[in-house]
Amino acid sequence: MLIPHPLLGPRDAQEFTYLGDAALIDRPDGLAADAAERFFDYGYLRDNPPGEHRELWFHEQGDRSWLVVTRNITTHEIVRVELARDVALARGRGR
Amino acid sequence: MSQTMRLAGGRIDRATTLSFAFDGRLYRGHPGDTLASALLANGVRLMGRSFKYHRPRGPLSAGSEEPNALVELRSGARREPNTRATVAELFEGLVATSQNRWPSLAVDALSVNDRLSSFLTAGFYYKTFMWPKAFWEKLYEPAIRRAAGLGRLSGEADPDVYDKGFLHCDLLVIGAGPAGLAAALTAGRAGARVILADEDFLPGGRLNAETITLDDAPARAWVEATLAELASLGNVRLMTRTTIYGAFDHGIFGALERVTDHLAQPRPGTPRQILWRIYAKRSLLCAGATERPIAFENNDRPGIMLAGALRAYANRWAVAAARDVAVFTNNDDGHRTARDLAAAGIRVAAVIDSREDAPDTPGVPLFRSAVVTGSRGRLGLKAITVRTAGGRTEEIACGALGVSGGWNPNLQLTCHQRGRPRWDDALATFVPVGGPSGLAVAGAAAGIFSTHGALRGGAAGARAALADLGIAASLPALPRAEDAPVRIAPLWQVKGKGRAWLDQQNDVTVKDVTLAHQENFRAIEHLKRYTTLGMATDQGKTANIPAIAVMAELTGKPIAEVGTTIYRPPYTPVSLGALAGRSRGAEFRPRRLTPSHHWAEGQGAVFVEVGNWMRAQWFPRPGETHWRQSVDREVLATRQAVGICDVTTLGKIDVQGTNAAAFLDRLYCNGMAKLAVGRVRYGLMLREDGMVKDDGTVARLAEDHFVVTTTTANAIAVFRHMEFCRQCLWPGLDVQLISTTDAWAQFSVAGPKSRALLERIVDPAFDLSNEAFPYMACGGVTVCGGLRARLFRISFSGELAYEIAVPARYGDGLIRALMAAGEDLGVTPYGTETLGVLRIEKGHPAGNELNGQTTAANLGLGKMVSSAKDAIGTVLSRREGLNGPDDIRLVGLKPLSPADVIVNGAHLMTEGSPVDAAHDQGWVTSSCHSPHVGHAIGLGFLKRGDRRTGEIVRVVNPLAGTDIRAQVVAPCFVDPEGVRLRG
Repeated sequence: MLIPHPLLGPRDAQEFTYLGDAALIDRPDGLAADAAERFFDYGYLRDNPPGEHRELWFHEQGDRSWLVVTRNITTHEIVRVELARDVALARGRGR
Repeated sequence: MSQTMRLAGGRIDRATTLSFAFDGRLYRGHPGDTLASALLANGVRLMGRSFKYHRPRGPLSAGSEEPNALVELRSGARREPNTRATVAELFEGLVATSQNRWPSLAVDALSVNDRLSSFLTAGFYYKTFMWPKAFWEKLYEPAIRRAAGLGRLSGEADPDVYDKGFLHCDLLVIGAGPAGLAAALTAGRAGARVILADEDFLPGGRLNAETITLDDAPARAWVEATLAELASLGNVRLMTRTTIYGAFDHGIFGALERVTDHLAQPRPGTPRQILWRIYAKRSLLCAGATERPIAFENNDRPGIMLAGALRAYANRWAVAAARDVAVFTNNDDGHRTARDLAAAGIRVAAVIDSREDAPDTPGVPLFRSAVVTGSRGRLGLKAITVRTAGGRTEEIACGALGVSGGWNPNLQLTCHQRGRPRWDDALATFVPVGGPSGLAVAGAAAGIFSTHGALRGGAAGARAALADLGIAASLPALPRAEDAPVRIAPLWQVKGKGRAWLDQQNDVTVKDVTLAHQENFRAIEHLKRYTTLGMATDQGKTANIPAIAVMAELTGKPIAEVGTTIYRPPYTPVSLGALAGRSRGAEFRPRRLTPSHHWAEGQGAVFVEVGNWMRAQWFPRPGETHWRQSVDREVLATRQAVGICDVTTLGKIDVQGTNAAAFLDRLYCNGMAKLAVGRVRYGLMLREDGMVKDDGTVARLAEDHFVVTTTTANAIAVFRHMEFCRQCLWPGLDVQLISTTDAWAQFSVAGPKSRALLERIVDPAFDLSNEAFPYMACGGVTVCGGLRARLFRISFSGELAYEIAVPARYGDGLIRALMAAGEDLGVTPYGTETLGVLRIEKGHPAGNELNGQTTAANLGLGKMVSSAKDAIGTVLSRREGLNGPDDIRLVGLKPLSPADVIVNGAHLMTEGSPVDAAHDQGWVTSSCHSPHVGHAIGLGFLKRGDRRTGEIVRVVNPLAGTDIRAQVVAPCFVDPEGVRLRG
């Protein structure tokens, strides 16, 4: 596969390490009252739909960017690639 | 007798004669020959024995689809089994041996299998060899493996070198026949970057095998002019002997270039093969078509070939497969063979066409509405029997029969990403539907079988592909060529009593397919697995479609509904050597050397692989004959004086930024926010699921500057995790990370005399007294008169100890300086074994305990998990399932009898309990002989271990039959109060 890196252009998938669902960005607050329940969902529950999937890839043999790759897991078509940092900021993560 | 079957003409170089040997007999051929064409030229039709029935076999084809003519090529370490004689280029001194026969090809003892054929039908081993069970492994399987099989491996290391390479292009053209050449010409003239790849050593595809003309001249003239023009274009790369074996995602193709397979051995400095990864913006599949046979009784005798192969041998290789030939066809193309062979002066005894409206060939006896019902000839075809239109049976003597059941487009690459082809009734074949994005199909591969159609389709395909890329291309003037329509009336099998072969490589007959149908293995993928149809080196290129048609007939379904099996890479076999490339032996993976490696080599160190690293395991001294002697000495020297160990391999991550402390506080389960500048703290890192991920030290060099260490094994994973936390979880924190593992050489200097030694190395401006630089202090110093260094007062051994780091290039100098400076102190280098003993004695967990399935509480470190903050893993570490009353705890184990040995992996049982999983109390994780306490010691996990100190448990190893008694003690065998390390 070729992953179009937002900063570096198309890069071979072999340069990357795969992590999994981009939902891992949405880490719950560990100090919240219902933290145990929410961390259970966060740690173990994943949707596994056919079609488009948002997933985390790490450019380990490259610039060390974590990327959110939107990929059709049936066809392997890559629809969109974003810096995970930008996605996290847009989702309200900060400090 | 030499080349008695050679005709005039052909694409061979008669000026040069090559000698070669097959089964020990010498023959002659010419450059341009394949092993198969040269053997046929010498009158040799028998080239192999079939897989299961040991039937005599000759080549069926003249190309890479060959199921039968498989030989062992070359000898010694280069011996390569299952090589297709039809594509093996002849070279001087070639040695080939037939396979799967004993004692000889002509007299094969196991041809008795042929008479046992009624027991060896599809699925026979599922049914026959069921009982008694033990016989399978001991008797049946070895016997079957000996009897059924292909060639033998050399059993020696491959002496040749294989490379990998990467190529990029605008347009990849797969196949250099008429369509591919026209496509490459179109794209090449437009200035696009073009790769034209063909599996053959002679570009031209079918044009090399036919007598058709282009612009009324032999096709060869146009092919050569086109090749010359392509060679003159700097933007076109012509790759012959190169098979595109797979179409992968996003325009990536796998290609195997056989660089020197056509030589006796590779030239020095040249690889045998190159595995290319081609990145193509667009691709055009011009892979042509493969002819398929018609099944009839005994249709597998040497001499019975595909009709197109028969005329390829005559036209391209100037070889007559026999003096009298016949042709059996259901389509017009078969008649070409008759015409060409007759023109070459071979007697065509008959053309048998199953159709009523078969065309006539002047001078050749034609049987319309007739079929071939059988054949005769033990080691090679002698005659065929024909059932005429009137129902009469006639025997016709011939040494070769060309069979044509029609042609199948070579559309495999269009299916490598789950594309499914479409059945075309008019063409009586599957044609491609779409394919991977960016790939188009032209010529016979697209079901366009005329030369005219191939030329135009190739050019138009290239122009369309380039237009997609914004490159304008004009269509070249293409030569006039035949434009014959496909005229075919499907015929898949001639029904009869005897066996009719569908898959010659796997000995699958019509009867086997019928049996599979009876036993309900009707889905095409089930049929394949039940009968082995379409497996092995040829992947059923000539067998699949006829078998699908037979199954369709049996089920009463149209072929379109039966469908094909899924085609997967590789298109033709790829050797493991090519897939491995240079990554074999010592080059299998990177080999990382520590800064003191060369020094340690000079000391005679024994090394051990730790991940990619080579680390000194111990340093034998003269007179030491057993590793334990060396390790015991190193341990005692460290505990009594001072020892040095290279610990560069530990991961070292530099953490900087105004929020670095806050970042680390969330990363480690224990508090890091309040760590003072100039101090080090042990850090425990959890996974989000609450298990321990890694441990190490966190040193604060400045308010906004930390250096953290990881275990050697987890250095990469921890860094990746930290970047994940930084970029994905807390992108607003001001913190930067970089791995400095390779930047700093780091040594552990441990033992009561370590301070005395370091005072001789560290520049006098730095006070190393216990007051000025206490336990867990850290800071920048200079050594050896001004070299910048970092000093950490940390201890893995339990002794007064330091770790000292210098820029990596000074590591070798530092170890030499330390050893020289400490000679009178008894300084002793130690390796990983001693490191292990020292940490087991002190009870520090390492990889055996941090195995990804243990919690902080299991390790006795539960109190480190701060509940006052939200750090990775803290929430789930508190869940019920990880905090049960029976949870395991890390304990120390001391044998009651000092002579007893404790073994890793042994299980802990209570006195008197049965030894089984239900009564298991825990297990031993680490053990060693402790020279400090004078006997074996162990660490292990024990249920409620923290509350069982003093209890006697059994340490049971049912594998070795040992069962000893040990006392549960605290996991620390040296200085439990920590006086030494604070001294």
